[in-house]
Amino acid sequence: MNWLRSNLFNNVFNSSVTVLLGTLLLYALTQAWGWAIGQAVWVADAEQCHAARGTGACWGVVAEKYRIIIFGRYPFEEQWRPLLATLLLMALLLASCMRVFWQRWFAAVWVVVLTVFFILMHGGVLGLATVTTDQWGGLPLTILLASMSVLGAFPLGILLALGRMSDLPVIRSLCTVYIELIRGVPLISVLFMASFLFPLFMPEGTSIDVLVRVLVAMVLFAAAYLAEVIRGGLQAIPRGQYEAAVSLGMGYWLMQRKIILPQALATVVPGIMNNFISTFKDTSLVTIVSLYELTGSLDLAVNSDPDWMAYKLEGYLFIALIYFVFCFSLSRYSQWVERQVNRGKVH
Amino acid sequence: MSDYMIEFAKVNKWYGNHFHVLRDIDLQVRRGERIVICGPSGSGKSTLIRCINRLEAHQQGTVTVDGLELSDDVKVLHEVRRKVGMVFQQFNLFPHLTVLENLTLAPIHVNKLPKAEAEERAMLQLQRVQIAEQAHKYPLQLSGGQQQRVAIARTLCLTPQILLFDEPTSALDPEMIKEVLDVMTELAEQGITMLCVTHEMGFAKSVADRVIFMDQGQIVEENNPHDFFNRPRSERTQAFLAKILAH
Repeated sequence: MNWLRSNLFNNVFNSSVTVLLGTLLLYALTQAWGWAIGQAVWVADAEQCHAARGTGACWGVVAEKYRIIIFGRYPFEEQWRPLLATLLLMALLLASCMRVFWQRWFAAVWVVVLTVFFILMHGGVLGLATVTTDQWGGLPLTILLASMSVLGAFPLGILLALGRMSDLPVIRSLCTVYIELIRGVPLISVLFMASFLFPLFMPEGTSIDVLVRVLVAMVLFAAAYLAEVIRGGLQAIPRGQYEAAVSLGMGYWLMQRKIILPQALATVVPGIMNNFISTFKDTSLVTIVSLYELTGSLDLAVNSDPDWMAYKLEGYLFIALIYFVFCFSLSRYSQWVERQVNRGKVH
Repeated sequence: MSDYMIEFAKVNKWYGNHFHVLRDIDLQVRRGERIVICGPSGSGKSTLIRCINRLEAHQQGTVTVDGLELSDDVKVLHEVRRKVGMVFQQFNLFPHLTVLENLTLAPIHVNKLPKAEAEERAMLQLQRVQIAEQAHKYPLQLSGGQQQRVAIARTLCLTPQILLFDEPTSALDPEMIKEVLDVMTELAEQGITMLCVTHEMGFAKSVADRVIFMDQGQIVEENNPHDFFNRPRSERTQAFLAKILAH
């Protein structure tokens, strides 16, 4: 109450601004509430939705189309497979975030889960019908692309950052050229190259799966950005740390692994997480090379059906919520990691 | 094998093209000898000892450590660095590791000692510098004097034959200097070869076999501590001593 009085109502001008903004806010909230909740249609009934147009949201579109939004073009009756595969992958990712699982044997779990993921998704064995990667879509594809890009980009980004800081001129210039080149072009053009241009340079008769090509493109792209974030961390390490490590007889890789990188990465956790979150959202760009991840499969779900075409906004809000849940979790996780790595500091 | 543990012969070093930081250095250090190097700042004394484990590379002349001539040869470097321990002005402990981990990292990964043995040895060294109870703390939770003693213990874990001290007490609060000097004095009595860049003239008088005075990249004067302090020959030495012993 005191705070209100001294900050919002301490003179005539401030009081009137407060009242004005308060009224606007209240109006906007009631309107939004009325549209999204009060007047909204919750059932998958196109006629009711039509009747409510302009006054209430049609969440029925989600109820009607959620299977296509979530799973894209994946064959309808086989969709338990991507569901199971995605749950497995998400459980794996969640577990990987926990300290107890930061063990060497957990790498084996990764291999197993990823193998199961691909068997479930692709099929062709164990009596599962083959579903080629061009039919994969929706959330499973988004999560797969995001997690694999991050997984690939992280080590590559570290190597690029170390390379750019290297004393060896050839390695240094190679890494610098690579980073500047990739950062100089938009992700879309890299994806286009991976998808359309790259096959032209392949020998006749050989082809690499488009999903793999796109994934490699995303890894290469994300790594260039990540490298610069990590380089920022490397530059924060005092010279004395290198000197102490060297004078204790440590070689380059041992020094990097045990002394320099742990400290450098710890200082740039927010930047790294920034990069991961943006990589996650960048997966929505693969739509343009005909891979229907979450955003693409929403288009697919809504545009193909004239009855529901008008309710794309509601569909977008729905997937926005999904993106938000993932990105927000990542950002909360990043804060936890920061607390973990700062344990050695004095408080 | 040469009688000398460390031998500088006509060593020259420049920073960039113009700053001639070491000029025609000739220096022989006997096995087990304890040397204190002093001189005004910028005189090249730190650079001199940093050339011994090649934290700095010299450009002319030869530096020989226990019979090995320093070059860019990685094997030689590795061999030399195993023999040479270094203690820094800023301690340079690894802040993300506990005190014990600071001590065992190199023994485990460089010398391939089993973890249990490395920890046992580390605890012995920590006891030696009287800080064993801090083993599980992080370096930044300790005082400067404690950190420097940890740093000394860390180099001792690799059983070096040569110890280099680069102004080990210059970053310390006055009341902590003694605890570090006490440890260094104790080490000096063990017969390890020591080169110490310091302005602690009391330490030089009581511990050093030889005191070297450097100025502008040259060794201006070297003598036993008694004659060095009582009968300095060169004017530059006299002026320097007059300044630092004034109070």
